[in-house]
Amino acid sequence: MQRTSDQASDAKRWGAGVAVFAVLAVVGGVSSAYVISLLTIVLLFTFMGQSWNLMLGIGGQLSIGHALFVGIGAYAVAILNIKYGITPWIGLLLGAAIAGVVGAVLAWLSFRFEVRGIYFALLTIAAAEFARIMFGGWDYVGGMQGLFYPAPSGTMDLAMLRGDSQFYYFVALVLAAVGVAGTELISRSYWGYVWRAMRDDDEAARALGVRTFRHKVLVVSISAAGAAIGGGVLGLVQGSIFPDSIMGMGISVDVLIGPVVGGLGTAFGPLIGSMAAIPLHHAMGSLGDSLGIPGLNSVAYGAVLILVVWFLPDGIWPAVVRLYEAVQLPARSRISQLRKVEE
Amino acid sequence: MLSLWLNVLASGVLIGLVYGLVALGLTIIFGVMRVVNFAHGEMVVFGVYIGYWTVRIWDVPIIVAAAIAAVVMFLFGYLLETLVVKRFVNRPHHYQFIVFIGLSLLFSGVLLMSFGPDPRPTASQLSFQTVKVGPLTLDWARIQAAATAGLLIAALGAYLKYSTFGRSLRAAANNRLGGLVVGLNIPRVYAVTFGIGAACAGVAGALISPLFDAQPYLAVDFTLLAFVTVIVGGLGSFGGALLGGLTIGVAEAIAALMFTPSMKTALPYALLIIILIFRPRGFFGAKDI
Repeated sequence: MQRTSDQASDAKRWGAGVAVFAVLAVVGGVSSAYVISLLTIVLLFTFMGQSWNLMLGIGGQLSIGHALFVGIGAYAVAILNIKYGITPWIGLLLGAAIAGVVGAVLAWLSFRFEVRGIYFALLTIAAAEFARIMFGGWDYVGGMQGLFYPAPSGTMDLAMLRGDSQFYYFVALVLAAVGVAGTELISRSYWGYVWRAMRDDDEAARALGVRTFRHKVLVVSISAAGAAIGGGVLGLVQGSIFPDSIMGMGISVDVLIGPVVGGLGTAFGPLIGSMAAIPLHHAMGSLGDSLGIPGLNSVAYGAVLILVVWFLPDGIWPAVVRLYEAVQLPARSRISQLRKVEE
Repeated sequence: MLSLWLNVLASGVLIGLVYGLVALGLTIIFGVMRVVNFAHGEMVVFGVYIGYWTVRIWDVPIIVAAAIAAVVMFLFGYLLETLVVKRFVNRPHHYQFIVFIGLSLLFSGVLLMSFGPDPRPTASQLSFQTVKVGPLTLDWARIQAAATAGLLIAALGAYLKYSTFGRSLRAAANNRLGGLVVGLNIPRVYAVTFGIGAACAGVAGALISPLFDAQPYLAVDFTLLAFVTVIVGGLGSFGGALLGGLTIGVAEAIAALMFTPSMKTALPYALLIIILIFRPRGFFGAKDI
């Protein structure tokens, strides 16, 4: 994480962000269908990873059950849309609201009794698994057979959020951009400072008058709502929803792998991490399929996680920033010295 | 009706002892090293495959298979600790968790690669034998598994309590710095602890191999089951793991009788959520995290 208050570097960072997303927009215009559908997933997990990142990277609360919130969002959109024909926009808002409340209740219940750290992480898994099994046995939401969206007609319909794969690519791109910019803004706001303070030292933050209990509930709730929005769109993109796939442990791992690999607590980390990890997972999956070796993708995922935490504990992005500074800064200071000599 | 209930309770208690052994492995590792072994379920499944293959190839009794699993998995755990886990013991919890998620993905991938995704029905004749005790009709495999697990738990308890190494292990669990000060070889204690934990999981896996079809996807269920068990009992508590195992075993058996099968799988999680909310450290949990 860069902590320079330097305005020039600030502008540079925003400029770099805009440039990255502009490039991604062009990529979406010219790439093949396969690349577009893969990048759509990458961008959606960037957004959901960003919500997870807010919670651990900035707020200091570890969740390994984000699939719960992703699933709530996906089901809210799907039930309203498939059963009642209501636009996904309302479903997204409703899903975010429900997930926000569920997250707040979970956080309230556990932080009230000082259930923290490992215990909170295990509670999130338990809640996600419990919800997965309950949804699997609940006929109204389709049970294990899941829910299916009608096949897309191919015409773009922004009001009903329906369109071809390119349309969803741009939806995911907008979400990812909002996620990256939002994290940057939140992390520099009052909340961001308060959250980092309670992440680093809860007692010290409380001694300074921060009501850390409320802020923990708040950060979990916001993170949950974000994950639900991502989940709602993910369901639309996939066209079908099953409890085992949308609420399973696999989703929770997919959500956290981006920020962990890319850089915890940074705005760009989840984007870079998802870009690196998710295509690798897919490539290894199809390589494994063609060679007849199942499990290759799982081995690759596991190895990446271990190696990153081992050798790059801050993730890829902070390492890139350090490298850039190591190359750039000496050069600049040499230039300014030369100027002084000229004067 | 009464005999049905008795049967269900008895089989719940029997499988509960095996769950207790699985949980004991997790809780010993946590109690001493303060790391949560997210790959515990994979270690159970390694044990299931060891049980499956040894019985299938050499046709040995399940007790021998369990002994082989104990040796193999102890060495595996010992090596894993010295090569990998060691480097992360002093890192923040979330890093450890992520490393263990990585290990769990890695191991389940390796299991899939080596044995394929299809379940392998057990080859042992043991799975079909039953024993009648008064009104009870019990699986012979279940009785053997439970008896072995119970004996092992007792033996491990005695070892930790009375042997010199057990004392140094408990000292390391109690106060790592104090242990270093009095000259304990902490790295060795940690490696052996991890080995014992892995061996508990492996033996439990071998013992239940006549009851479950060997299948890589079992791992996640066992990991979560072990978490639930230790949290119900209290992370880091020896007696808690046993009590948690029995609670979950009996609760599952009753739920299977009274509700639909999906309720049976959901029940441990519901129990866990309730316990975490009302008694966050479990029945006998450690005071600090």
